[in-house]
Amino acid sequence: MRTDLYQGHDYYNMDDLLSEEHKLIRETARAWVKQEVSPIIEKAFEDGKFPRHLLKGIGEIGGFGPYIPVEYGGAGLDQISYGLIMQELERCDSGLRSTSSVQSSLVMYPIWKYGNEEQRMKYLPKLATGEMIGCFGLTEPDHGSNPGGMTTNFKDMGDHYLLNGAKMWISNAPFADIAVVWAKDESGRIHGLVVERGMEGFSTPTMGGKWSLRASDTGELIFEDVKVPKENLLPNKSGLGAPLGCLDSARYGIAWGAIGAALDCYDVALRYSKERIQFDRPIAGFQLQQKKLAEMITEITKAQLLTFRLGQLRNEGKATSAQISMAKRNNVDMAINIAREARQILGGMGIINEYPIMRHMMNLESVITYEGTHDVHLLITGLDITGENAFK
Amino acid sequence: MKILVCISKAPDTTSKIAFKDNNTAFDENGVQFIVNPYDEWYALVRAIELKEAQGGSVTTITVGGADNDPIIRKALAIGADDAIRVDMEATDAFQVASEIAAKAKEGGFDLVLCGKETINNNGAVVGGMLAELLDAPYIPLATKLDVSGTTAEITRDIAGGEEVLTAQLPVVISAAKGMAEQRIPNMRGIMAARSKALNVAAPAGTEASTEVKSYSLPPAKGDCTYIDAENPAELIKKLHEEAKVI
Ligand SMILES: Cc1cc2nc3c(=O)[nH]c(=O)nc-3n(C[C@H](O)[C@H](O)[C@H](O)COP(=O)(O)OP(=O)(O)OC[C@H]3O[C@@H](n4cnc5c(N)ncnc54)[C@H](O)[C@@H]3O)c2cc1C
Repeated sequence: MRTDLYQGHDYYNMDDLLSEEHKLIRETARAWVKQEVSPIIEKAFEDGKFPRHLLKGIGEIGGFGPYIPVEYGGAGLDQISYGLIMQELERCDSGLRSTSSVQSSLVMYPIWKYGNEEQRMKYLPKLATGEMIGCFGLTEPDHGSNPGGMTTNFKDMGDHYLLNGAKMWISNAPFADIAVVWAKDESGRIHGLVVERGMEGFSTPTMGGKWSLRASDTGELIFEDVKVPKENLLPNKSGLGAPLGCLDSARYGIAWGAIGAALDCYDVALRYSKERIQFDRPIAGFQLQQKKLAEMITEITKAQLLTFRLGQLRNEGKATSAQISMAKRNNVDMAINIAREARQILGGMGIINEYPIMRHMMNLESVITYEGTHDVHLLITGLDITGENAFK
Repeated sequence: MKILVCISKAPDTTSKIAFKDNNTAFDENGVQFIVNPYDEWYALVRAIELKEAQGGSVTTITVGGADNDPIIRKALAIGADDAIRVDMEATDAFQVASEIAAKAKEGGFDLVLCGKETINNNGAVVGGMLAELLDAPYIPLATKLDVSGTTAEITRDIAGGEEVLTAQLPVVISAAKGMAEQRIPNMRGIMAARSKALNVAAPAGTEASTEVKSYSLPPAKGDCTYIDAENPAELIKKLHEEAKVI
């Protein structure tokens, strides 16, 4: 890949709304990405492997649970800081951001919110540094958009639980040390359990053949009579609302991340359009290319405003799940469209891995699918505004 | 060892440069500021490395208004222990050097480091003036710095090779590329920087001894003409008849 010349774009002076510390956090993440990740990301994508040596660095820039309180090893930052870090990571690659948001929102968040003090102290500090890596098992082969239908289950055996079932499409699974697994008890109620690598009957086969999110490892979680110690059950919340609470946090991060991917595509396309000469002038001078670029920055700016406001609402504990759905859906769709337009601006160069656009475009196909598909989020908004449930 | 590092802000290299007040002042509107790279990447990082290896403290000093605080916080996030900001808008290098010298004397520093120049004004004179005012040796453009006991060993690039010098502390050194490698702050550093002292000090009140008459931008780059390598005669013709340089 070429030298990473990325520059942020802030058409509506949104930076005026950020604190100096926010900007330093963003600058730090951006500098780290440029130094450590940009030079290797194309290779990682091509090899279909998450570059694990980056874990420590992600921890150092606050990419693992930045909003987790300091006493548990987090940085105690606000939601805007979390968003900015997600934006900078996905600016480079959605897979990189996925690793970070799974660990932050889907592993650390439930342990922090639904776990007890021993569980928090046992896991959170190590997860914050990247010394320990987690994954989140909700989706099953037969239950994707409808996780409430899950069949993974556990039985109370007196001194332990016996866990059976299988999860699919699990980010970080192949190398995770722990898995936060959602399973039904004998009465059919959903609980979270922390399953540790090495427990007998627990395996994590890798899923191959992905054309998207290749720099993130995806796998299955298989539980065959796994004896899970009772103290590994997250005691403070149960029911489908528990995993959905984690998804709120992760989807919020994705809304920011998608802006990052869109900004990168726009940034590359804008620079290319000024440099590429056809018919004796830069292609940026042609109205058709200007239309693309002008619409891109317009959409990015709208998403930035939407998402910043959502961050304020989250800081105040007021953001609803439906508001988060709207931002996730809007921003990922915005990013995927910008990736497609940006690719066209680069002509043939748009399909080459010297530029990041095609990789973003492929990645975003996962991002528009996981954590609730594009359609599912629309139905969430539909339900919220009409009161009519269109899911069933 | 007590180390003082001079830190100043500089426009990000992608900034659009413009002037105001009849071309006598730099227009900061819309400009992103960064820590002057020579100060940050080399002087500050080497100071922190020396402190990490030998103990002591690293203090940064900046002459300027509160708009410098973000870059000072960054220096603290990278690892300086505390910071002094002399609260005045200095307009020339002698003013800056005099103000820093006053604080450096008060603080009794063993080593004073600065970047070889700022990337905006490229004056490269504060270090030399400061050394003179402190009555200390000045070693500019150092690419390597080690300290053992009270002796500093400094390497400088010179034409065709290197020069290795020693000097007794206290000494003033300006840092050039090679002295250290850029350090990206980490989240612990950013959090720690919140509670580190940024001491705002009243200026000693040095007057400026120069005044800027005007700034101007370099002439815009002209179009580039390609001439076939097989055709040097055309090159000569164009240089002679069109560019009129030969
Ligand atoms: C790379 C990747 C990583 C992932 N990581 C994780 C992870 O870490 N943990 C985890 O638990 N899961 C993960 N997932 C799973 C992801 O969340 C699911 O793929 C997603 O929820 C969709 O489920 P599905 O694939 O079974 O599709 P389905 O639910 O089968 O959906 C197929 C299509 O039907 C539509 N549809 C479904 N229901 C309705 C309805 N009621 N009305 C209208 N249309 C409907 C959908 O919108 C979609 O278009 C990951 C997925 C991918 C691709």
